[in-house]
Amino acid sequence: MEYAIELRGITKTFGEVIANNNISLAVRRGEILSLLGENGSGKTTLMNMLSGIYYPDAGQIFVDGKEVTIRTPKDAYALGIGMIHQHFKLVDVFTAAENMTLGMEDGSSLKLKDVKQKIREICDKFGFHVDPDKKVYDMSVSEKQTLEIVKVLYRGAEILILDEPTAVLTPQETEQLFAVIRNMKAHGKAVIIITHKLHEVLSISDRVSILRKGEYIGTVDTADATELSLTEMMVGQKVELNIDRPTPKNPSPRIVVEHVTCLSPEGVKMVDDVSFTAYGGEILGIAGISGCGQKELLEAIAGLQTVEAGGSITYYAPGETEKRELIGCSPREISQLGVSLSFVPEDRLGMGLVGSMGMTDNMMLKNYMNGKSPFTERKAPRILAEKIREELEVVTPGISTPVRRLSGGNVQKVLVGREIASSPTVLMTAYAVRGLDINTSYTIYHLLNEQKAKGVAVIYVGEDLDVLLALCDRILVLCGGKLNGIVDGREATKEGVGLMMTNLASEGGEA
Amino acid sequence: MKKTQTTGVKEPFLRIARREDVTTKGSILIRAAAIIAALVVDALFIFLVTGLNPVSVYVVMFTGTFGNFMRFKWAVEELAKLLLVGIALAPAFKMRFWNIGAEGQVLMGGLATAFCMIYFGNTLPTWLLFVTMFVTSIAIGALWGIIPAFFKARWNTNETLFTLMMNYVAIQLVAFATNTWRGQASSLGRINPGTEAGWFPSIMGQRCTINIIVIAILTVAMFIYLKYTKHGFEIAVVGESENTARYAGINVRKVILRTMAISGAICGLGGLFIVAGNSQTIATTSAGGRGFDAIIVAWLAKFNTFYMVLISFLIVFLEKGASQIATSYSIMNDYSADVISGIILFFILGSEFFINYRLIFRNGGKNA
Amino acid sequence: MSIVLQSLIAWITRTVMFGTVIMYGSLGETMTEKSGNLNLGVPGIMYLGAFGGFASAYYYSTLAENPSKILCILIALLCAFLASAFGGLIFSFLTITLRANQNVTGLALTTFGMGIANFFGVFVLDGSVSVKAEFANQAFKTPIPGLCRIPIIGDVLFSYGFLVYLAVILAVVLHFFLTKTKSGLNLRAVGENPATADAAGVNVSKYKYLATCIGAGISGIGGLYYVLDYNNGIWATTGNIENLGWLAVALVIFTTWKPLNAIWGSYIFGLLYWLYQYLPDIFGIYVPSDLMRMTPYVVTIIVLVVTSLRKQRESQPPAALGLSYFREER
Repeated sequence: MEYAIELRGITKTFGEVIANNNISLAVRRGEILSLLGENGSGKTTLMNMLSGIYYPDAGQIFVDGKEVTIRTPKDAYALGIGMIHQHFKLVDVFTAAENMTLGMEDGSSLKLKDVKQKIREICDKFGFHVDPDKKVYDMSVSEKQTLEIVKVLYRGAEILILDEPTAVLTPQETEQLFAVIRNMKAHGKAVIIITHKLHEVLSISDRVSILRKGEYIGTVDTADATELSLTEMMVGQKVELNIDRPTPKNPSPRIVVEHVTCLSPEGVKMVDDVSFTAYGGEILGIAGISGCGQKELLEAIAGLQTVEAGGSITYYAPGETEKRELIGCSPREISQLGVSLSFVPEDRLGMGLVGSMGMTDNMMLKNYMNGKSPFTERKAPRILAEKIREELEVVTPGISTPVRRLSGGNVQKVLVGREIASSPTVLMTAYAVRGLDINTSYTIYHLLNEQKAKGVAVIYVGEDLDVLLALCDRILVLCGGKLNGIVDGREATKEGVGLMMTNLASEGGEA
Repeated sequence: MKKTQTTGVKEPFLRIARREDVTTKGSILIRAAAIIAALVVDALFIFLVTGLNPVSVYVVMFTGTFGNFMRFKWAVEELAKLLLVGIALAPAFKMRFWNIGAEGQVLMGGLATAFCMIYFGNTLPTWLLFVTMFVTSIAIGALWGIIPAFFKARWNTNETLFTLMMNYVAIQLVAFATNTWRGQASSLGRINPGTEAGWFPSIMGQRCTINIIVIAILTVAMFIYLKYTKHGFEIAVVGESENTARYAGINVRKVILRTMAISGAICGLGGLFIVAGNSQTIATTSAGGRGFDAIIVAWLAKFNTFYMVLISFLIVFLEKGASQIATSYSIMNDYSADVISGIILFFILGSEFFINYRLIFRNGGKNA
Repeated sequence: MSIVLQSLIAWITRTVMFGTVIMYGSLGETMTEKSGNLNLGVPGIMYLGAFGGFASAYYYSTLAENPSKILCILIALLCAFLASAFGGLIFSFLTITLRANQNVTGLALTTFGMGIANFFGVFVLDGSVSVKAEFANQAFKTPIPGLCRIPIIGDVLFSYGFLVYLAVILAVVLHFFLTKTKSGLNLRAVGENPATADAAGVNVSKYKYLATCIGAGISGIGGLYYVLDYNNGIWATTGNIENLGWLAVALVIFTTWKPLNAIWGSYIFGLLYWLYQYLPDIFGIYVPSDLMRMTPYVVTIIVLVVTSLRKQRESQPPAALGLSYFREER
């Protein structure tokens, strides 16, 4: 049988990074293919080459057996390929019907009546519910997603690509979405669904293709797959990393988080009733699929997120029993309480550093207010900047060069260097090694271990399970904003943690 | 379509990429080239419209500022006033707060000054009169700045449009006041002509000496404020990213309010200088468009007060030159200043593009 | 007729004519802002339109042997439109292609437009204080025949030149364009979320250029109406166009970016602006004119604050207003 779409030997590089290496896969009409892989395995990049956002460096794309070139989203639409991006492309103040017609150039007058009629037809056919007159800003996330799917169908898509469609949905909404996808399959559409939730893969797809770190691992029939076999393919064999893990020396509670719940601006629960204790002298890892509340949890501790009533975050200073409540404090108030809390946020240049300033000025960011003088004191920051530049081997033309111009690894060294220099008692890092080369990554691990040895409570949010398992004393697993268990980093297996990330246990975890 | 592809068969003929690596020398060269190009266009304009020899017109223009000492002195006076408003805008712009309302803030400061001169001129002792003038003009200027800042900080009300509207409220208030004060006279005229109460004293034969000294001090002070103080550091961080500011523990609302109070207060001071130190009267045209010219000054100088001296000088030089042209050639008129400086400004504004972006031409693609 | 009634009629006619000037200005600026461009060059653009219309009509009527009213009107409209669209083109090139700051470019354009118009205006004036384009004034002032003779109603409704009615029609057309056509939808998308529009296949730059240039052309008609009708065809350097230009910008905010609101909004501004002159006769109240003239701006500020407080999505400025769009910087 002829494939609806086939990729042969697709390769795409961004600078030095190989995002996709010689990848081939294919989907038939009336078939659902899952594209499975960890964060950063190259799934979205691959699909963006089908939707006209990127252009491959090498390889061929066939639609219905004919070789095609896709240069723009328009080309993709013309070939009947429609992609539903993870970040919706919708105009907020427009109605559903208006968003549908955007950019279409048949005829000049806006025949919204016809559009609405066609929307209804599509909805009836596939079992959607979309109110054509509803404004996008009034829609829930799942309504917006439905709208995106209908929009793609409205534009005549025969091949649908959904990029992590369930990441933002509730289980009920996910079930509805799957019903719709099955219906589209029944109508002969080819569907590719990007996901890393194993149970969903098993319940929805006919075949699964697995990517790992930009490489194509293989394709299996879902009928022959189990969660365990898929996990093995997805995470691969355990990689032995040569990361030190000294045994914690008399760990004592440092931060006690109890019943913390945070809402997104849209009112979605990002962190859902999470409780745990971080000890001084240990590294607590936080694992989870991206967007499962890691960012909000760290920001809540740092005083940058509003925490719903009923939660508490308590701080115990080293060697003291007096406790200090951190909820309701701004970052400055936290430091005025005498809590030396360091935070390496995920968005390095958008939150942790000021891109247009040099290293010296960035050193001042969190302590420029110290001292009574109205003037800033630049001597100590300059010395610190020089020290960090030297010790962490930051490659920069000078300490006054805007940090925006540095490479990602050097930016991170500046940020981590500054946060460690303030001799913290708590050090939180979010994706501290993302985008860094091996050497820089090891520098960072080493720095974290040094802090651990000094008795600092280190919280390490990561995405690479190998690293989490090699570096952390305990690993806290988040799943959809909920705490899914805390496991011992020395005993846990990669498959075990992987399963906990994707399957919410009803009660606690396996530990 | 989010990214232009870097390889493949269809690389666009011309791509644009951001660049961060322009040297100071490079950016000066680009700007100088822009000014020269603008002068050429201006020359063409002069020649085609009037048939005059552009070179001799430029020479006459030069004498508008440098012809004799009087003209130079007037130019410096003008420069000082424009520069002061530019200094006032610098902190607001550095914070990425679009204060288009300097015109109104200056006028309100001037109005407060005139008010004090008229109502307290004969009752208060001189020193107290000056203190009152100083305090009220600064306070009302600050108020005019804080009002839009408050709504921006609290509800994110668009500050560009808000401050723009505040200008016209101020203009009408001044119109109302002057029409009331002038009584039966055709215009307000100099306030307190007999007693000279509230007039800045002449120092070294010039009444504007105080203006110039204070403005020179402020130029340095604002430079230091923005570059070396904790406030200045906060302004820079808030302007760059509010997220980073919150991360660093900065109270963003407080910084917005404080900075706009300073911006408005210096504008108010400008009003004081114009009324008490310069014209000794007030009219709706007292600010004379400096509130708008200063926006261009502050923007082009990238908030550096020393560059502002240069840009202010350029603008004043063009204005003075154009009126000199108008008196020398019957065929030219005062408005040529607006045309000539407009063209130069367009070129300088356009040249920023070549400082911030790099053009990449396709080199021999397959389909080229 | 009683003096009260006379005053009332005079007030209304004044209001309608005044409102027409700023209605054109604000309709053009609304179109521009819908594309995400905040063009603060409106006063300069209206000056360009005023001078383009005036000069062409003036020279046509003095140079042509048998000037035709229709031709005079067409020439004036075309020249006013082109002159002001040229101002829009400068703005577009600098802000869209060269990504210059919109606020600064707009203010420079205001200076430049006023400069160009007055610079050449001096040549037309040729030494005198003011020049009147009598023929063109007559052409533009011609009221609706027949209907304008009806007492009272004729004065209030039918005594104006055709541009007054055209402005209202234009507002309706613009409303129709923005809400009922695909191009209008695409334009609004460009001003709201250029990245989304781009991904949907809309040519963002093309829409921004066209909206800004056509918008400027429409604003320029306001300048033409000011000189050739409102100001009785008189060109003088003491014009009031700059004030009216800023009032037009205020009106865009007041109407919350909706062309239909401009119809009544502009007349409200007119009523407020001229209230002081008719208050004594009609209501027997004296209020200082300058404070009354402040009210349109105060009302606009209140509208601005209230819309930001209520956060009602339909009343907000276009989301991408004032920002330049660069595809590679999302």
